[in-house]
Amino acid sequence: MKKILTISLIAIMLTTSVSADTDGENNLSKKPKPVKDCFEKLNRATFSLNMSLDKAIFKPVAKGYRSLPSPVRTGTSNALNNISSLLTIPNNILQGEFKAAGVNVGRLAINTTVGILGIFDVAEKMGFSEYEKEDYGQTLGKWGVGAGCYVVIPVLGPSTVRDTVGSFLNVLGGDPYYNISTHGNNEYLTDKVYMTTKVISGVDFRAKNLESIDNLEKNSMDFYASVRSLYLQDRQQKINNSNPTIEIMYEGDWEEVQSQ
Amino acid sequence: MLPKKILTSLTFVIIFFSSISKVYSIEADVFVQSTVNRAAKTLGGNLTKEERIEMLKKIARDTVDIKGIGFYSLGAYKKNLNDDQLKRYVKVFSEYFLKSFSSRLAEYSNPEIDVVSKKKINENYTIVSSILVSTESRPEVKIEWRVYTKNPDNLLIRDLIIEGLSLARTQKEEFSSIINSNDGDIEALIRNLSEFVTK
Repeated sequence: MKKILTISLIAIMLTTSVSADTDGENNLSKKPKPVKDCFEKLNRATFSLNMSLDKAIFKPVAKGYRSLPSPVRTGTSNALNNISSLLTIPNNILQGEFKAAGVNVGRLAINTTVGILGIFDVAEKMGFSEYEKEDYGQTLGKWGVGAGCYVVIPVLGPSTVRDTVGSFLNVLGGDPYYNISTHGNNEYLTDKVYMTTKVISGVDFRAKNLESIDNLEKNSMDFYASVRSLYLQDRQQKINNSNPTIEIMYEGDWEEVQSQ
Repeated sequence: MLPKKILTSLTFVIIFFSSISKVYSIEADVFVQSTVNRAAKTLGGNLTKEERIEMLKKIARDTVDIKGIGFYSLGAYKKNLNDDQLKRYVKVFSEYFLKSFSSRLAEYSNPEIDVVSKKKINENYTIVSSILVSTESRPEVKIEWRVYTKNPDNLLIRDLIIEGLSLARTQKEEFSSIINSNDGDIEALIRNLSEFVTK
């Protein structure tokens, strides 16, 4: 019953999201529609709460993590990336990226075995292409589902309705690592291990961005707006799998600038 | 005889160098590499933080289209400004930009940036791609530079795109948020910029 309710809720959110806008398709001549911040007051309040939590807990923990020897951090980061490829592979397939899926299956097999549970990125040394994470939010975006409204989730941070739905899909059977951990009936992986992995992922991300986040905060007049802009740009780029960046930049705004 | 020969040689030299400056305008990738080399020299030298900031400001004044970025950051609000507001905005934005730019960069020491490619996207813009080489404490970072090439003799940087995130666009959306949350009042933005400059 609970599952049906959750799926219904997701279906409603998705429908709303589809009609909100479509940011999965942009090019130089087409101005992308901005993602609406429908709950800005609530979002700003949640953002303040998250910032307080960050200052009190996450940042000090991340600083402590940063003091670990570099090989330990690299190994942790590699192992987390390896686990995340369990989520990336089905999304590669859902996005029609079969070649990338094949490469990631190979990477997972090599790094889990030769690389000792992913601690060593042997595949990279063997010349595998750079690893790009994929998730259900990106897949929905690729399918043309609009971002919907921008939301800030307590503790977890910035997201959109579409990306939140994508995260729900992880725990509804979409993430093999979650499935093995919680329903796998094995003695090694439990839901606690799953949660610990997620927490370490968060700490790893925070530790990698200690200076850049400090710098951004110090040089922003409206830090909330800066974080929102950066999050939405990052998601747009990941959905488009765009490299170089110019593919996702709208040129119209720049063409109008004449200062000389 | 000898003076005539010298005179002829001199004439050739003058013609040669004047033609070089006209025909071979500096390429966008060379311009970016020389700019980052200037900045790296400043950041890697034995200067105090204040001296570094002053040097970085000078580099920014020479190579960045500060006024252009200011207008881009205003977006559609620009047309609502009267002459006096526009004049005050341009002045305070320039001070804001130089302070923000130099204080962001002054934190780095010995940055090694290698230009890898360039792509002309239209008559006015070339995107130059570069890599900030990784160190013990941070991974490799991709940086792209939007170079305004309308005047080939005076190339100017208009945006920095770090790992796909445009600093100019982030700034534009930040400014827009400030204006919107003050009922479209441009004075609120000018006030915020002034406070940032004086803090």
